[in-house]
Amino acid sequence: MLYDIFIDPFVQMYQMPDFFLQVLWEGFVAGILYALIALGFVLIFKASGVFNFAQGIMVVFAGLTLVGLNENGVPAYLALILTIGVMGVLAYGVERVVMRPLVNQPEIILLMATIGLTYFLVGFGEFVFGGEPKQMITEQLGLPTGSTAFEIGDRGLVILQHIDIAAAVIAVLMVTALAIFFNKTRIGRALRAVADDHQAALSVGISLNQIWAIVWFAAGLVALATGIMWGARSDVSFALEIVAFKALPVLILGGFTSIPGAIVGGLIIGFGEKIGELYWGGLVGGGVESWLAYIIALIFLLFRPQGLFGERIIERI
Amino acid sequence: MKNIKQFALGTAVALGVGLSGAMTTAVQAEDSNYVPLLTYRTGPYAGSGIHIANGMHDYLQMLNERDGGIGGVKLAIEECETGYNAQKGVECYEATKGKGALVYNPYSTGITLQLIPKAGVDKIPVLSMGYGLSAAAVGSTFPWIFNVPDTYWDGASVVIKYIGEQEGGLENLKGKKIGYIFLDAGYGREPLPLLEQLAEKYGFELLQYPVPGAEMQNQSSQWLNVRRDRPDYMVMWGWGAMNPTAVKEAVKIRFPMDKFIGVWWSAGDDDAAAGGEGAKGYKALNFSGVGPDFPALDDIKKLVVDAGKSSTDASSIGSTLYNRGVLNSVIIAEGIRTAQELTGKKVITGEDMRLGLEALNLDEARLAELGLKGFAHPMKVTCEDHAGSNPVFIQEWDGKKWRQASDWIEPMTDVVRPLLEQAAAEYAEKNAPWPARTEPCPN
Repeated sequence: MLYDIFIDPFVQMYQMPDFFLQVLWEGFVAGILYALIALGFVLIFKASGVFNFAQGIMVVFAGLTLVGLNENGVPAYLALILTIGVMGVLAYGVERVVMRPLVNQPEIILLMATIGLTYFLVGFGEFVFGGEPKQMITEQLGLPTGSTAFEIGDRGLVILQHIDIAAAVIAVLMVTALAIFFNKTRIGRALRAVADDHQAALSVGISLNQIWAIVWFAAGLVALATGIMWGARSDVSFALEIVAFKALPVLILGGFTSIPGAIVGGLIIGFGEKIGELYWGGLVGGGVESWLAYIIALIFLLFRPQGLFGERIIERI
Repeated sequence: MKNIKQFALGTAVALGVGLSGAMTTAVQAEDSNYVPLLTYRTGPYAGSGIHIANGMHDYLQMLNERDGGIGGVKLAIEECETGYNAQKGVECYEATKGKGALVYNPYSTGITLQLIPKAGVDKIPVLSMGYGLSAAAVGSTFPWIFNVPDTYWDGASVVIKYIGEQEGGLENLKGKKIGYIFLDAGYGREPLPLLEQLAEKYGFELLQYPVPGAEMQNQSSQWLNVRRDRPDYMVMWGWGAMNPTAVKEAVKIRFPMDKFIGVWWSAGDDDAAAGGEGAKGYKALNFSGVGPDFPALDDIKKLVVDAGKSSTDASSIGSTLYNRGVLNSVIIAEGIRTAQELTGKKVITGEDMRLGLEALNLDEARLAELGLKGFAHPMKVTCEDHAGSNPVFIQEWDGKKWRQASDWIEPMTDVVRPLLEQAAAEYAEKNAPWPARTEPCPN
């Protein structure tokens, strides 16, 4: 037993380096995708303290809008622009209809409102696009398909899917753009001010409503990117909403308010669950992936309750 | 536009009758036979459920339009949305059983398992066509449950038999590795006892890859395990979003697709198409017709789809899962017709329907008469055998459509039947006091 836990997995890694590299790559890609989803949660939590339960369905809704428009004859790039517009309208609508009337309400009320929003988007999405899964328009969007295989000496192949490489590149670009937006622009600084203290931000003339609309729009854009990437790997269906909750352990780990935390947390969870499942999962009959992420997150919490990059809150009595 | 019409119709009906989640397409009347359809057009399994629901609805609707129903009595068809959720399925059952329901088609093994104990109490048969509890084929223990034309154990035995044929005989399976990837739910676990028994008998290694429902679209770990284990064949028991994701992942790891075989519920057109060109060669079991070239399907197109009385468009007619739904309704309709003949009544009850299903004899002549020649293998239900262990065939994806790739293959009834009887006895023992059969046998 001790051999199976402490020795055998490492022997396997050494004996099958191609497979180990493949596991690392898959962990990296999964991590990037988890991070993208988590990013959507973080953006909204940062600006309003709301855990946006609807982020998962926003991923599905954005993907369905894109594919649905294309199915109705709208060229892919125009569909992409229109989908961005739809996410903008959604952000504005959420701010006006959901957030604004609930200013200063307890956070649990806001959470319940996002749960309501989830069910609205599920019903509205099914009403407009139907319940059938749709194939992502990967090629029409100019995203790469196919794969490249690298030989590892005479030890086997590592296969890289081009869409996965694209996902990694897009995630990096997106994080960079968000980092610049938050740190270098006036609106970004205002958003951070709102995140720190709503009332103080209001007192210096920052419009809470405008900030919330912007941040929901940014979360919508992240949802669109996530929908495209996840959709390209499987398809765009309402089952994706469930996958979005894979971001929860990422948030626990990375902290609810940190963009770098979402990225690093996503990668730790991605690598951790793949390596855990592939090398240690067999010891307990497999299928550890669905709960291992939470175990990893809880272990980190023992040492850093605020998450890796979360803000440490000290309240003096 | 069609969606808007459906939404408006559904909302109006729901408001009018105060029923949530139910869409009534015909008003139940005393001079009609009421057929509730438990369907799912929403949720993670809608990709499979929609085609089945359309096929079931459209065939029955066509009978109403063309023949004025069955035996001169219209069918009152009512759908209830279950979302493939056992709790919602039971709610649908409870909400509709008092309306004179003739038969239930749960389209979920989980819901079927919930309804099995209720069927005999409420005197309404359950038709779980090619799914559900395999042991329910034993009519002496389960007089109210019908899983014609085959149980999952029949299907699993055909897969192993087919793999044996590819390897030059079942004896050559010794030392081979056969992977089994399955939805980690009652449905996916159902064939395991038989597969384990066959693995022991023929000396192959059975490798299991469960896919939790929440991870259906996130299967990279399962397929990395497949890549490492290098099974000689892969067998899949998937449903909903699990199927297209698995096909894509198999293509991704370059698994030889001609050695990847799905059960009949992993045989959807969308499932295979998701893998693109790389999915060529993917195989699946089937027991219902391939393609739209059947006179009965022409009638559906003309009288139901083109007339705007269906939720589907004409291009879906002939797809594997649509045709499967049609076959399901053919069995319902023939059960009603047989019950009418046996009882001399036009408007029948659930008890009459049970008799009709137990005397079902869908032979070649009858299939031809229905405009469905070659659509299914002839099937006959007996009081002892509610499944029939009928032959199934293998179909292969050619990159654009399915084509039949084998003759009809008989299940290994010599292995399956004793196991079914043993499982039925165990079920009765576990659920004691399970009622002894007192229902009359019509044949």
